[in-house]
Amino acid sequence: MSTPKPQIEILPRGVQVLLAVGAVALAAFPLVPSESAGFYQQMVTQMMILAIFAMSLDLLQGVTGLVSLGHAAYFGLAGYALAFLTPADVPISLWWSLPLAALGSGLAALIIGFFVVRTHGIYFIMVTMAFAQMVFFLFFDNRALGGSDGLYVNFRPHAELFGWNGINLDSNIGFYYLTLVLMLLVYAFLRRLLFSPFGRVLAGIRVNEHRMRAVGYSTFGYRLTAFTLAGALAGVAGYLWGAQTGYVNPELMGFHMSAHAIMMVILGGTGNFAGAIAGAFAFEYVMHLFKDFTKHWQLLMGSFIVLVVVFAPRGLMGLAERVLGKRKIP
Amino acid sequence: MSDLLLSAQHLTKRFGGLAAVDGVSVELFRHRIHAVIGPNGAGKSTLANLLSGDLPPTSGTIQLLGVEVAGKSPERISSLGLGRSYQKTNIFLPFTVWDNVRLASQARERHAPWNPLHWLSSAGQMRAVNQRCERALELAGLSARASAVAGTTSHGEQRQLEIAMTLATEPSVLLLDEPLAGMGQAESQSMVDLLKRLKADHAILLVEHDMDAVFSLADQLTVMVNGQVIASGTPADVRADPNVQAAYLGEEHA
Repeated sequence: MSTPKPQIEILPRGVQVLLAVGAVALAAFPLVPSESAGFYQQMVTQMMILAIFAMSLDLLQGVTGLVSLGHAAYFGLAGYALAFLTPADVPISLWWSLPLAALGSGLAALIIGFFVVRTHGIYFIMVTMAFAQMVFFLFFDNRALGGSDGLYVNFRPHAELFGWNGINLDSNIGFYYLTLVLMLLVYAFLRRLLFSPFGRVLAGIRVNEHRMRAVGYSTFGYRLTAFTLAGALAGVAGYLWGAQTGYVNPELMGFHMSAHAIMMVILGGTGNFAGAIAGAFAFEYVMHLFKDFTKHWQLLMGSFIVLVVVFAPRGLMGLAERVLGKRKIP
Repeated sequence: MSDLLLSAQHLTKRFGGLAAVDGVSVELFRHRIHAVIGPNGAGKSTLANLLSGDLPPTSGTIQLLGVEVAGKSPERISSLGLGRSYQKTNIFLPFTVWDNVRLASQARERHAPWNPLHWLSSAGQMRAVNQRCERALELAGLSARASAVAGTTSHGEQRQLEIAMTLATEPSVLLLDEPLAGMGQAESQSMVDLLKRLKADHAILLVEHDMDAVFSLADQLTVMVNGQVIASGTPADVRADPNVQAAYLGEEHA
């Protein structure tokens, strides 16, 4: 690192305003009448779910400097958890099943992380991918776990709490708002974490782990905690995915899904979580456009990513910062 | 409590057939600066790496404040009270000077990473951490530069930052690897003054090439050549030692 980059986590005023506008727009979106409202609500819900997934990866990739090529394992596991927890006759409660599914993903990340966070650089990438492939084939080859066809989620969870049932998750709009609230909560939590003592240590590990150890930090515990937390948050996204689509299959844990998350984070810009959200939305939207346009959309998608990486090396957020004014360091 | 804070005995580090450090013993006392000099490749930095835990010794013992630490991890040795600065500047370039030192200072809070309290509190509002940070910056003469991004500061300032980060962990033993390297005259002088002040509370091991500084600072001097100690004693004794004159001070002092 010869040329120092400014601190990537601080968002300039202009970008903050843009984000607030975006949040308001998302809150207002379902109120816009349209003939194909249902379709677009589902599409934006999916974008928000992927935004949560991308943010969870950004905690590793952008903040701690750990590029995981197996993050989808924790996404998929929570989806499967929902499928297994939901019985054939009644829906289950969101209030315990979501935390339980996220906890399950977190536990898997803790166990796998115990082995993988000892490695660095390219080895970390390879080992995270290897473990994710193991999880993938465990489900793919096991009839009892759904096999290559996957499983149905018999019912969407319900949000009834002490007799109150204000949110109907079976409706597109109800599920949309649940996802929006969760996305904003995850964002708020991660932004807070970024400037906490824990978050500062993760950033220190990204920039110079050797020096972190020399001043007395036992970095293994920090790396493992970050890995576990990222796994649990990926689980929140995977649970929502399973609940929305009503269906889970091994592809959710596959290599493509992991790479998808990395590309969303790179496209949006790493290390500040806002970029991960922007990346998820932009990626899905552009993919949607290209898919409408041609069945060879992957060619266009690839070119698009290359162009962004060449002309906006710090992603869409970096571009927004350049346009909306210089960052200020407090 | 004895003023002997660090005692390393018969330290050896072999890389294959090469003994980079060969049977070296050093003792560090509070209020004293022990300088280690020697030509390039003498094993000075390797010795520093053994003491700080960056490298495990092949054999030998290191007692730090009465605890055996040979082969322990750098983070363990650091938390027991040894602070080290590096010859090649080893800082957090994208962070501000303040954040560099604050991060070092925070290490002394010994937080458990899995405690959610430390995920949600604000890093900037820990009073004890900020106090240590301010003190370290002031000692190193960097208070005015606190808000500068470390990567944009001058070489001399980065050397000062090295020291400030080391001091922010409040060590009892300081291991300073060429703190004067590449500094201008004025910067060197203020660093020498700082080291004199630090002597009051610390035991210091100083690895340095600048002979004027070494002779003005050192209470004890060890000369290394090819991984071995060829002379050790007061600066006056060492200066008079014929081995040293031949091997190292050579043409200048003979």
